[in-house]
Amino acid sequence: MSVLTILLEGIASAGGAIGAGIAALGAGVGVGQIGKGALESIARQPEVSGDIRSNMILAAALVEGVALFGVIAGILAIVL
Amino acid sequence: MIARLHMSIKSVLLAILLLVIGNQFASAQEPVAEAMPSGHTTETKEEGKLDIKGEIFGHINDSYDWHLFNIGEGHEAIQVSVPLPVILFNTTHGFTVFLSNNFHHGHEPYNGYELYVENGKQKIRAQDESSFYDISITKNVLCMFISIFILWFLMTGVAKKYKKNGIHVAPTGMQNAIEPIIGFIQDTVAKPFLGKQYARFMPLLLTLFFFIWTNNLLGLLPFGFNLTGNIAVTLLLALVFFVVMLFNSNKYFWGHIFNPPGVPGWVKVILVPIEILSNLVIKPVALAIRLFANIFAGHTIIISIVLLIFIFSGLSKIAGIIFIPVSVGFTVFMFFLELLVAAIQAFIFTNLTAVFIGQAIEEHHHDDAHGHDHH
Repeated sequence: MSVLTILLEGIASAGGAIGAGIAALGAGVGVGQIGKGALESIARQPEVSGDIRSNMILAAALVEGVALFGVIAGILAIVL
Repeated sequence: MIARLHMSIKSVLLAILLLVIGNQFASAQEPVAEAMPSGHTTETKEEGKLDIKGEIFGHINDSYDWHLFNIGEGHEAIQVSVPLPVILFNTTHGFTVFLSNNFHHGHEPYNGYELYVENGKQKIRAQDESSFYDISITKNVLCMFISIFILWFLMTGVAKKYKKNGIHVAPTGMQNAIEPIIGFIQDTVAKPFLGKQYARFMPLLLTLFFFIWTNNLLGLLPFGFNLTGNIAVTLLLALVFFVVMLFNSNKYFWGHIFNPPGVPGWVKVILVPIEILSNLVIKPVALAIRLFANIFAGHTIIISIVLLIFIFSGLSKIAGIIFIPVSVGFTVFMFFLELLVAAIQAFIFTNLTAVFIGQAIEEHHHDDAHGHDHH
């Protein structure tokens, strides 16, 4: 195995890990915004908190899905 | 209501059958032609050390046997697994059917075929390197059969009760569990997004929801499967949605794609390709990848957390022992999260299917303010 291949493999692994980290950052911001919005609207209208909570979970799951795209891409970068 | 429910359950079963057949074709491999440089015993790992990558992918990937557990360690471990039928089709030899335990876990060839493991994934190749089609009953197909049996058992039982008692008798037994879910899909998914035509799409939506949910939950059982964490399966589910969307789309849907109204000519040059891509490629592919990534990542995270014990005990035994409670705690937490994700992802898949079909069958409304958000 030449130096170049070792170096390239290392870069691929690092890229995968960094990519997953950035995806987690984005998802963190997204879920934070969703939680903020949901809490504010529950504070404003506590009587519809059930509806708001289920919609919040749905939106959070959608954001999480996007973050997991990043995780999959990271795994592929490391494994392949 | 009863008639519709009964009809929809029949269509559920039919659709699942179609899915199975479709997936068989999806998983039927392209002719395997490339020659592997080395034999099947390519494990170069050190004795006593766990092959982390192989272990993770061995749990996640499809396989020709249903592996339960090992007795003992290392190479002399006794692998306890349920053999599954291997069905191979070759243009010269025709069909070859045998049980996968004839391979003795890749140590012996059988009938001119041999099993080898590549990146933790079991593969079969012909010894004379001829090409063949693989339509084996693998672990994932077995999972699908089990989920079909469960759904068939539950749904026909419930349907019979409705047929016998009618809708004016209080529900009993399984009806109590199924009726609210069907009502939930009807009221929160079908009616708001599909409007007047919702009843036509209820069988599809219910099939998708129950099929995905059942398989997600089967994936969380011990010795479980990873069906919805397989990209072929989710792509096929998305293909079903895509075909339904295409066959139900109206002229307004296509008009919005190829001739967006109220847009100046030079913008159309940019907009039309984007619309084509977003409606005909990104929608189904994103649907498939969302489900696949969620379930796949869930399984990978759980296995990785468990394997962390072994990684730490590779450093020192005490570190491994200390890490056990941490790992078990995280795993239990992840399992609860995955229970939630199993239901949420089934719901999101159903929900987005309804949203996209709703966009395709939407009648024209006479305002030029096009404030839709295109997904």
